Amino acid sequence: MEKSIALSMRGITKRFGSVVANNHVDLDVYQGEILSILGENGCGKTTLMNMIAGIYFPDEGKIYKEGQEVVIRSPKDAFDLKIGMIHQHFKLVDLFTAAENIVLGVKQENAYNLKDVNNRVSEIAQKYGFHIDPRKKIYDMSVSEKQTVEIIKVLYRGADILILDEPTAVLTPQEIERLFNVLKRMKEDGKSIIIITHKLHEVLSVSDRVAILRKGEHIATVETKDATESSLTEMMVGKKITLNIDRSEPKNPQPRLFVKNLNCVDPEGIQVLKDVSFTANGGEILGIAGIAGSGQRELLEAIAGLQPLTGGEIIFHNPKKDQPVTFFHKSLNRVKELASQEAFHDEYGNPISFGGMNNKQIRGWVESGKVLFKEDEVMNLRDKTPLEIRELGVRLSFVPEDRLGMGLVGSMGITDNMMLRSYRKGPAGFVDRKKPRQLADEIIRELEVATPGVNTPVRRLSGGNVQKVLVGREIAFAPKVLMAAYPVRGLDINSSYTIYNLLNKQKEKGVAVIFVGEDLDVLLGLCDRILVINSGKITGLVDARTATKEEIGLMMTQTDTPAKEAVPCV
Amino acid sequence: MRVKKANAVQEPLFHLAKRSEIAVWKAWVIRLAVILLGFIVCGLAAFVLIEKLQDDPSKIVDFYKCFYKGAFSTSRKLWKFLKNMAILQCISLAVTPAFRMRFWNIGAEGQTLVSVLGCIAVAFYLGGTVPAGVLLVLMFVAAVLCGMIWALIPALFKARWNTNETLFTLMMNYVATFLVSYFLIVWVPSGSSTLGKLNYGKLPSFGHDYLVIILIALILTIGLYIYLKHSKHGYEISVVGESVRTAQYSGINVKKVIIRTMAVSGMLCGLSGFLIGAGLDQSVTTESVGGQGFTAIMVSWLAKFNPLVMLLTSGLISLLNSGAAQISQDLNVNGAFPDVITGIILFFIIGCEFFINYRIIFRKRSQSILNKEGVK
Repeated sequence: MEKSIALSMRGITKRFGSVVANNHVDLDVYQGEILSILGENGCGKTTLMNMIAGIYFPDEGKIYKEGQEVVIRSPKDAFDLKIGMIHQHFKLVDLFTAAENIVLGVKQENAYNLKDVNNRVSEIAQKYGFHIDPRKKIYDMSVSEKQTVEIIKVLYRGADILILDEPTAVLTPQEIERLFNVLKRMKEDGKSIIIITHKLHEVLSVSDRVAILRKGEHIATVETKDATESSLTEMMVGKKITLNIDRSEPKNPQPRLFVKNLNCVDPEGIQVLKDVSFTANGGEILGIAGIAGSGQRELLEAIAGLQPLTGGEIIFHNPKKDQPVTFFHKSLNRVKELASQEAFHDEYGNPISFGGMNNKQIRGWVESGKVLFKEDEVMNLRDKTPLEIRELGVRLSFVPEDRLGMGLVGSMGITDNMMLRSYRKGPAGFVDRKKPRQLADEIIRELEVATPGVNTPVRRLSGGNVQKVLVGREIAFAPKVLMAAYPVRGLDINSSYTIYNLLNKQKEKGVAVIFVGEDLDVLLGLCDRILVINSGKITGLVDARTATKEEIGLMMTQTDTPAKEAVPCV
Repeated sequence: MRVKKANAVQEPLFHLAKRSEIAVWKAWVIRLAVILLGFIVCGLAAFVLIEKLQDDPSKIVDFYKCFYKGAFSTSRKLWKFLKNMAILQCISLAVTPAFRMRFWNIGAEGQTLVSVLGCIAVAFYLGGTVPAGVLLVLMFVAAVLCGMIWALIPALFKARWNTNETLFTLMMNYVATFLVSYFLIVWVPSGSSTLGKLNYGKLPSFGHDYLVIILIALILTIGLYIYLKHSKHGYEISVVGESVRTAQYSGINVKKVIIRTMAVSGMLCGLSGFLIGAGLDQSVTTESVGGQGFTAIMVSWLAKFNPLVMLLTSGLISLLNSGAAQISQDLNVNGAFPDVITGIILFFIIGCEFFINYRIIFRKRSQSILNKEGVK
């Protein structure tokens, strides 16, 4: 190869506590090339680049710039070595103009003269084909313009190695086209460009070489011209591993949760869910596959009542026909309300009304188990708070992705965490710790939670044990729908199997299980059906017993293929 | 050349790493050691600043004796020490519920001052016209209401518009101070703006003058401990404080909890104000609370928001204060010196929390040698 090496990394390792983010990564970047770093989320792409940009310091390994060993301790060191990074989340001062942001922090040789800066910015823009007005304020700019400012900021400092972290995530197809043209011009100018991405078609259309990372390891670097989408997918997701998860055939699956045309816009105005529709059946595990951040979190939170929606419906179907109503999950007032809507009949099929009865009499009648539902209960959960959902009697359990930040209280012990869902029970103003304590002991015993005691803050437990506590609590709630987001992330193999078994048992009990996962092998081995989500849209629904990893991988990453028709549900 | 290269290739001199966990006893050993160290540094500071000590270094012993003498040497001093501690404890308890919720209410000074004002206003206008018992009840109600309102205003703004509670409560302190100034001008036509001791609305006492106050502080401590530890409200406060998202997940109405908890905080400030107004001063000045509303923040924080541990920390701070007063009296130093001492001790205590939470990792020599060999 006639091109010279601009930057190389040897044996780079970075650990965060016990998690190894990068494991002995060797990587070369040539002058005048576009190198893609490809990998699933959490495979260590950004961490690796942050070490070149001076954000992190590697635990082991060396970095060489043009053959010379260098140490990059801070972003300033990186700039001195002409390395610049454009982060995924822009770091700009809103009230400043483009030019002001660009010179911010640059040591000026002569007096600060904004006019010179403006000229110089325009010069750079012209050279590479950017469109920018140096006098425009950031708050007036579109996302793509802000990105341009970030790129020019780096070029202004004379960088000849540019790192772009997921540059296309926020751009429209036309803007992406324009960005890629600019990148190609910079390449022709002799600059080295590294783009971090997980979008295959972009990799193929713009880069010269692709480095694939998987679980912190550098798998291979290949020439783009020799690569295809499927060969890259295979390297990205790995060879199929056979997992020994006992998967039973779903018994008599009944539709339990209908999600219809959900739309959701995040606080930044980006549409994170687009017309998402699906049905979750009881007695079945429905997997949700997708690159992290494709809307999975919003979807589950929307169902749990934690995410405001801009459109759509969430219909819960409670198979209650001819079942007695109980106070276990319904308040007296709710029972009265339902009675007034003529929802109940007695064992002979006569309609029930509580007219003229006092609360005690109603209570007695209900507790005798002879007040039966006329029909299955159908409830719309949209725009209901979690508490309202619970008071409706919907047994919906949710194991969120952020275990300690949302599902549990890190500083509290297991007992107190058990109370999180149930502390309101009991008449007096004081909490009853007796039952939660029993539940805690039960979970510790049955799920083999390794903990010094029931009152040890759960934050101190290992990831696997934290998850057992959370899943254990959510299952103890006897759910009808159980949603779990990345329930085995960061767990060792044994803890993972404990979780799989728990989910399978719930499925056999007739619970509708929704499992958001990242490991395709697990999704294929555990689930019955797999829903694929890509940038907030459903791009496919496959049978997990027959689908292949490549098939799902493509649906996860391709953006240009039309969404497949969702398979109609039973 | 070699040296230069070694310079170029260098890990940072040290970096900080968060400790995963530290044994409770270890943390307490560190804290105690640090307090001792703080006292030693105080001694050094005294030696440098007080000329009397420089003439005769053996007098440094007297310096330390002052801490004992200030609080415990006579029964009068002991009662005074306990009374100061009790008032400080009450205000510290008042700020605690909000702090456990991570609501940084630094307005206890103003909330308490407004309560003193409210309770004295009742005594000023109604004193002599209603029976003493009724008057006391009215004073109590006025104080509690005033404290509650003063705390609720920032809470409502926080819940409704997410305003910054720290700035807001701080500003409310100034409003309270000027409100007192205003009423003093209205009430005292002579222009001295000093309201003499009122003859009405004295909190009855038994045993010793201060005994009632001390007992109330103790009962309040236990009460608040139970409230925070065993009530549903207390549980909700802890969850909201730890993570708003967890609270929402579990169905807690976060806004409601914020407002309710601040009301409780304000009412407790009101009670403290009542103790100051009716139990001690029977008058009001802009200095009625005397900065204890701010000291209480330290007390509560140092005790990790645990009401029972707060007995220790309020005791320590009161001990420092009385000791410092004794020092300025015995060693004839100016009034600023006690503040220096308190400052030094607090600096050490707060600083030590950093070392309990973080570890400093210095560059390993051996590794940099290895690196050098590798470069060659």
